[in-house]
Amino acid sequence: MASSDITPDASPPRSPFMDWARGWMTTVDHKRLGVMYISSALLFFVVGGLEASAMRAQLSWSQLDLMEPGTFNTLFTMHGTTMVFLVGMPMLFGFANYLIPLMIGSRDLAFPRLNAVGFWIFFFSGCLLYYSSVGGEALYGLAGMPDVGWFAYAPLTAINYSPGNGPDYWLLFVLVGGIGSLATALNVVVTVATMRCEGMTPLRMPLLVWMISVACGLVLIAMPPLSAASIMMLFDRHFGSHFFDTQGGGSAVFWQHLFWFFGHPEVYILVLPGFAIVSEIIPVFSRKAIFGYPMMVAASVCIGVVAMGVWVHHMFTVGLTAGMNSFFAASTMIIAVPTGIKIFNWIGTMYGGRLHLKMPMLCCVAFLFQFLCAGLTGIMLAIAPFDFQLSDSYFVVAHFHFVLIGGLLFAIFGGLYYWFPKATGRMLGEKLGRWHFWLFLIGFNVTFGFMHIPGAMGMPRRIYTYQADRGWEIWNVISSAGVVLQAAGVCCLLVNIIRSARKGAVAGDDPWDAWTLEWATTSPPPEYNFEKPPKVHSRRPLWDLKHPDDTDGAYE
Amino acid sequence: MTVSSVPTTRLIPGPRFSRFLRCAFGILLCVSFGLASEGVAQEASTSPPTDFSPGDATSQPNIFSPVSTPAEVVEDLSWLVLAVTACIFFVVFAVLTITIIRFRVRSGDDDREPPQIYGSNPIELAWTVVPILIVAVLTLVTVRSLYALDKKEPPEGSLEVIVVGHQWWWEFRYPELGIITANELHVPVDRVTFLRLASADVVHSFWVPELAGKTDVVPNRLNHMWIEPHKTGLFVGQCAEFCGTQHANMLLRVEVQAEEDFAAWVANQQKPAREDPSVAEGRETFQQIACINCHNSEGTVATGVFGPDLTHLMSRETIGSGSVLLTPENLHEWVKNPQQFKDGCLMPDMQLEPHQVDSITRYLLSLD
Repeated sequence: MASSDITPDASPPRSPFMDWARGWMTTVDHKRLGVMYISSALLFFVVGGLEASAMRAQLSWSQLDLMEPGTFNTLFTMHGTTMVFLVGMPMLFGFANYLIPLMIGSRDLAFPRLNAVGFWIFFFSGCLLYYSSVGGEALYGLAGMPDVGWFAYAPLTAINYSPGNGPDYWLLFVLVGGIGSLATALNVVVTVATMRCEGMTPLRMPLLVWMISVACGLVLIAMPPLSAASIMMLFDRHFGSHFFDTQGGGSAVFWQHLFWFFGHPEVYILVLPGFAIVSEIIPVFSRKAIFGYPMMVAASVCIGVVAMGVWVHHMFTVGLTAGMNSFFAASTMIIAVPTGIKIFNWIGTMYGGRLHLKMPMLCCVAFLFQFLCAGLTGIMLAIAPFDFQLSDSYFVVAHFHFVLIGGLLFAIFGGLYYWFPKATGRMLGEKLGRWHFWLFLIGFNVTFGFMHIPGAMGMPRRIYTYQADRGWEIWNVISSAGVVLQAAGVCCLLVNIIRSARKGAVAGDDPWDAWTLEWATTSPPPEYNFEKPPKVHSRRPLWDLKHPDDTDGAYE
Repeated sequence: MTVSSVPTTRLIPGPRFSRFLRCAFGILLCVSFGLASEGVAQEASTSPPTDFSPGDATSQPNIFSPVSTPAEVVEDLSWLVLAVTACIFFVVFAVLTITIIRFRVRSGDDDREPPQIYGSNPIELAWTVVPILIVAVLTLVTVRSLYALDKKEPPEGSLEVIVVGHQWWWEFRYPELGIITANELHVPVDRVTFLRLASADVVHSFWVPELAGKTDVVPNRLNHMWIEPHKTGLFVGQCAEFCGTQHANMLLRVEVQAEEDFAAWVANQQKPAREDPSVAEGRETFQQIACINCHNSEGTVATGVFGPDLTHLMSRETIGSGSVLLTPENLHEWVKNPQQFKDGCLMPDMQLEPHQVDSITRYLLSLD
């Protein structure tokens, strides 16, 4: 019958490269999209890292003149924006994409095409942001790239203070990227709600699934206010509205509220996936079930809820009332409780186990130590009067780099070493991995550990140079020196990834003797993930398979 | 089968495990509360004097060497917080280190799986309740300090100063004394100075670490803060909120003076501008070109408000908002082209003829 003739049109033969490129560009497979998210994030991570290195060079001694002030302002704006929107969030979506369908035993995300749309919107938003370096009037030397800081405070972003196109690129980037993030976050939440395999009750889901779902839920709530705010800002800049235009009766503080209502949940959007990865790796390499699973779930949800009520701690110095500052200081400190529970439960998992200090676990151990420091400096910053001194100083810079590098990035490193064999079928080299780990660990602590000190000595953020008589030089030169080690560490990682992907040791389906569903299929998994829909009876389905006479279900 | 333990050990943690954790938390609780109460008791006493040379332009800012009441309140609180967090750090650090050393796999270990422990309600309750208690204590001291720092109106006998942040310099107005000056704030020692903060353009932040925590200077909003220095000398700080190209060079100098020195400074500032006939040419040039659009100088037609008031320029030690020492040579270079000191600052290169630069500099040097 003619109507059922499905013979493809005869088309001219294509080169293998085009086929390969077309395969990746048109894919809707969650695993391929996950790999693309993570690869793009690594690419932008290198760019953001180079920006940071240039800044550290300029700050390594007082009154250096390596670059113009405007260039420095551009660098920290692009560094912050890149690392948050183009590294942190794509990493979240990359791990979510790759792992969640595998972990809950489903064929793909709920909306595979939307997933591809989300990725490409993200990718093009990144291109849009960096296009600002050549687009518009940039080639004429007029403020091309945004130079208003990653939180783009009004009214510095108003058209009369920033006449170039930089803030416009930034605002459009945030708007476009936000749509992509919303799409993917929605996809993840719906998938977890509806696509779990038989027997996968909510309280049997791996903790990674829980924590990433909470993070995606936060994206759904936190992103729209930022999108709205960026539209309002664009209207202020180009259509004469006065939302944030202080000279026309607008409010600068209003922008800060809208921005931080997004900005603080964003911190948890970034760091919860770190928690998620650590919660999967620590049990496997301690050879023990996670300690206090229900408490971990409760703590994650609790962090998600409280995270939406703490944003004013970024604004303790804007002159709000003592009552308001008290409320937000209290709510901020309350977050330390569920976060503490997580750290204690991870240690509880390790205690009494058999710790295999392979690369993934090593990264998690570093995570624990460094995140502990980050949490404690976080408590100091939550004490509002202490924050009056520390806010907007290098102490804050050190604090949040401990959160985002010492915490999140080390967790991501751990996740890369842990799931690389699943995604490629080959192990990520352990030997070069150790070089990467130790170089980066030492470099990171040298750079950011010592950075707390100039902060307490009154060095504010975002200054392109400083006076010679302030006593900050020695600390800055140490910080800058650490960058060299970090850069060497990242080079080791990149070489390791490229080398191992080609000639790493063959991994097998389950190289870590792990317990969650992704290890039940082949490495790399087939496009359909599982031959038969899996059926689970406990939180650790593979433990049950490996220990049929001592299954988990009885203890849950 | 690899797991040899009996099921009961899997539900309830081993006695050693449980005892160890309880011990750890006991220690954490005792140490932190011990130190907390000690810290609170010490709060009333003054902090030890630190090595600090007042009046020295090379004095280094430091939040832990406060010389003014609000900064001292913060410092006292910060020692308490540092003590509590240090205790938590050492306890968790120790537990984590011991765990790693004790339970790591050694060569020669068999590959049996360890006993599976799924959790323990009492232990988890303990490490929920203890942090809640610590947080409660910290919240209470925070709230107390917040209200102690909150002065809505200037107290009796205080000096009032209006601080106006500009891109990228500071304007100080003393409404009761009729003084307007820039970048170098003079205040009397042992008296409250109440600062009302306003901005002419974008958000800035007033921060002199030894005198008080920072308060943002927000356009279309009036903020306030106060200082009560107990020591004379020069204290430096700078703008702490990113405000554009030259944010880094929006420096602050606060000269805390004995009452009589302060009175002398006030008297000098209140004097009418000096009219030196020998610099009449410079004065004339100054009035004929665009200087007057932005600067104010009493006794001339210059009444601009966008730049610093020049009436008593030479009573200041610096130009360029504290970034350049005010010497005749520097002033000459500044008048010639301020951009060479402060790239991107709003005072343009006026393209003056050399003789104009010379005469204007001579005129400015006469403004004491």
